[in-house]
Amino acid sequence: MPPPSPHYSCRGCIVSANFLDRLRAVLLAILLTTAFAVPALAGPFEDAVAKFANDDFSDTDEAIGAVAASGNPLAFPIISALQEGRLSADPDTKKVFVTGSDGKIIDAATGAAVDKLPDSAAAVRLNNRLRRAVEAAVGSLTLLSPDPAKRIAAAQSVFKSHEESALPVIDGALAKETNKAVKAAFTEARAAILLYKADATEVEKLEAVAIVKAKGDQEAMALLTGLGNELPPNVARAVTSAIASIQSNLATWSMVQNAWYGLSLGSVLLLAAIGLAITFGVMGVINMAHGEMVMLGAYTTFVVQEVIRTRYPGLFDYSLLIAVPLAFLVAGAIGVLIERGIIRFLYGRPLETLLATWGLSLVLQQAVRTMFGPTNREVGNPSWMSGAFEVGQITITYNRLWILCFTLAVFVILLAMLRYTALGLEMRAVTQNRRMAASMGIATSRVDALTFGLGSGIAGIAGVALSQIDNVSPNLGQSYIIDSFMVVVFGGVGNLWGTLVGAFTLGIANKFLEPVAGAVLGKIAILVLIILFIQKRPRGLFALKGRAVEA
Amino acid sequence: MTPHVLTRSLDRSASIFILVVAGLGVLIPLSNLLLPAGSTLQVPTYLVALFGKYACYAILALSIDLIWGYCGILSLGHGAFFALGGYAMGMYLMRQIGSRGVYGNPILPDFMVFLNYPSLPWYWYGFDMFWFAALMVLLVPGLLAFCFGWLAFRSRVTGVYLSIITQAMTYALLLAFFRNDFGFGGNNGLTDFKDILGFNVQADGTRAALFALSCLTLILTFLICRAVVTSKLGKVLIAIRDAESRTRFLGYRVESYKLFVFTLSACMAGVAGALYVPQVGIINPSEFAPGNSIEAVIWVAVGGRGTLVGAALGAVVVNYAKTFFTSGPLAPYWLFMLGALFILVTLLLPKGIVGTFSAWRESRKATEKANAESAAREDGVGEPNPAE
Repeated sequence: MPPPSPHYSCRGCIVSANFLDRLRAVLLAILLTTAFAVPALAGPFEDAVAKFANDDFSDTDEAIGAVAASGNPLAFPIISALQEGRLSADPDTKKVFVTGSDGKIIDAATGAAVDKLPDSAAAVRLNNRLRRAVEAAVGSLTLLSPDPAKRIAAAQSVFKSHEESALPVIDGALAKETNKAVKAAFTEARAAILLYKADATEVEKLEAVAIVKAKGDQEAMALLTGLGNELPPNVARAVTSAIASIQSNLATWSMVQNAWYGLSLGSVLLLAAIGLAITFGVMGVINMAHGEMVMLGAYTTFVVQEVIRTRYPGLFDYSLLIAVPLAFLVAGAIGVLIERGIIRFLYGRPLETLLATWGLSLVLQQAVRTMFGPTNREVGNPSWMSGAFEVGQITITYNRLWILCFTLAVFVILLAMLRYTALGLEMRAVTQNRRMAASMGIATSRVDALTFGLGSGIAGIAGVALSQIDNVSPNLGQSYIIDSFMVVVFGGVGNLWGTLVGAFTLGIANKFLEPVAGAVLGKIAILVLIILFIQKRPRGLFALKGRAVEA
Repeated sequence: MTPHVLTRSLDRSASIFILVVAGLGVLIPLSNLLLPAGSTLQVPTYLVALFGKYACYAILALSIDLIWGYCGILSLGHGAFFALGGYAMGMYLMRQIGSRGVYGNPILPDFMVFLNYPSLPWYWYGFDMFWFAALMVLLVPGLLAFCFGWLAFRSRVTGVYLSIITQAMTYALLLAFFRNDFGFGGNNGLTDFKDILGFNVQADGTRAALFALSCLTLILTFLICRAVVTSKLGKVLIAIRDAESRTRFLGYRVESYKLFVFTLSACMAGVAGALYVPQVGIINPSEFAPGNSIEAVIWVAVGGRGTLVGAALGAVVVNYAKTFFTSGPLAPYWLFMLGALFILVTLLLPKGIVGTFSAWRESRKATEKANAESAAREDGVGEPNPAE
């Protein structure tokens, strides 16, 4: 069984937006140029384009610079075609052609459509040095794009490449820029160029170091450590202190990131274990089929989404809201059936309960496998759960955040239910002293069935949430069962707060161990630590005291 | 003459068990080797290997019954001891391949050459000698069980808590052995064995001998378990099973008894694994899967926990059913059957096959005795006086 590996990837969100944009630009350019049939003017642009046909690397280099600086609307399609190997040239006629990604061919100098490439045309070749030049050219071309997001992306790529040739474009763009975020990105890109520019003054360099230091992320770090030794002593000192400050900044953020991942994993563990805290913790029933209740909840979500997809596509964003009560009912009803049909006969025989429910888990898994097939089923993210936002240096995905909130909400509701409702009161009474509760007129067997149903129903709700971050397959539950038991045993049986603390402790500990020991060894270390911990406190972190203990 | 410690108090079912296993252990190899292939009485080699596998499972079941049936310790991690014994034997068999591997390296096994190991890891030293490997088969599972049990029993981890942490133990080992850099072949495990003690592993004669050896070990394990449970020590174990606190208050060191029997049981499971590997031809991390250990527990439950014969019988019956159903058209339903078996046995047949059968025989004997007594009384009283 593979360990439950938390996925932090955003599932199926963006199909290389960059590429699509570029494609659109090429098409637009083709449309414009063919529609208005730009008259052929023999000028510097045309001369530059013709240089591509010389099949000489240094001529190509010059051509790239000239085309990029020309401001001609064809410059971007030509450079991006060159980058993707779609630019071909005929050495005999010195004509250069752009093959669009849709297969349409235009003359690069005039923009006129061409039926087919001449036989002697060959793709313009690039070497590594030229590839860098092309990248820089694409960057400086997009620096002037009307879309602010694209300008930022271009500035960031300039920051990474710190190509000197981009400096005039940046300076020009910076003067005109009004958008604050883009301005900041341009300033950083400019600083990066100045840092690497040999003839920049010391004052300029010191300013640049300060700007890069303020950026303070992994890229800034790479930029500063990449600087050579031949710096003025003042600048070198500033760079060293900036590196140290960025390092400590990065260390803090990686701590924050680990803590967030830990909280996120902890919320998943808590969600999986919270139902178990009821059945195992409160009732003392070992339910090895608990994971299968989670799985049933996930499959309920799948069925709800299927129905919505085929019948009411507009409701897709509400699919999870519909699935939550349904999953609770499905898993809860099956839980009540299990309690009435099997577990009722095994009270007081925990080891037998364990075996019987293990058998049950095999049956449920196989039943789901027969009905839905053994492969993973696709469960989609509603729009309000996909995507991510950034806080400082870390990225927080919406689905993880929602799951954390959802888990805490379930926990609070459950706690309130146990404390303030009649059923909760009866449950606590039966747990504490069954015979006394029966004497007071509580129908203990009904309470047993309902308690077990409640625990199973909550497992079903957990399945709805887990379907958003894990594969929905018949083995879904199995991967959570050992972890859930660990959480409950670690937190202390019969104590919901213990489960909460246990889940978050284990989640955070796991994520802090992972970078040190690796994912698998970290998990092994956690298991070993729990085994050792149970030696020290056999009843868990928050043990019940008093008579209930030996019951 | 006082009977030997191993043969003391052999009752009828135990004698029958030993005779049957010994008979099979002699007859099946003879039939496989001496009778011409294709004759109706000849046991084909693949069946010899299959029966050998069952014998190993029976040893594993005995080891579980010893602690669960007689001491109340439900270990859900006994598959780990079985697999560790298997890995120790597998390491010996890997070293025997020598330069006949795909890469022809005389020292390093194939997977190490493939994974660019510069030299043999230190924990592989000595496994080229059979006596050392055989020692490790006992020592590694025994030592793990001793450390684990010492920690667990001393802090009085009992019942389901113990079951869950044994399960976590085997799960942790599963994850560890899946790693390539752990030095045990990772996902693929150890396989492609050639020789054992100079004999070809694939040869009919070797397989027959391994089967006979497995039967012999099964009998020996049975006798050792029997010696333990019928001794005074065994009585204390049963007392611990039935009322642990009371036994402790009577002055017995419950932890020491449990630790002894747990370690002994782990050694037996290790031996079973060591016999299993050359007959199956492979050992990989999936043997550590928690599901395997629980399945082994259900063999014992089916046969009858607390009856040694039942444990061995349960292992054979359930595994025969598994072979039968998973190879036929009913294969998709096997997991339903296995699951139902878990549920039905615990609900309806808590004593297992052998336990239920002997309870039925006992009650019949009691009724017969009662009938005979009442008949005798009636005879003694004679004809009642019709006038009364």
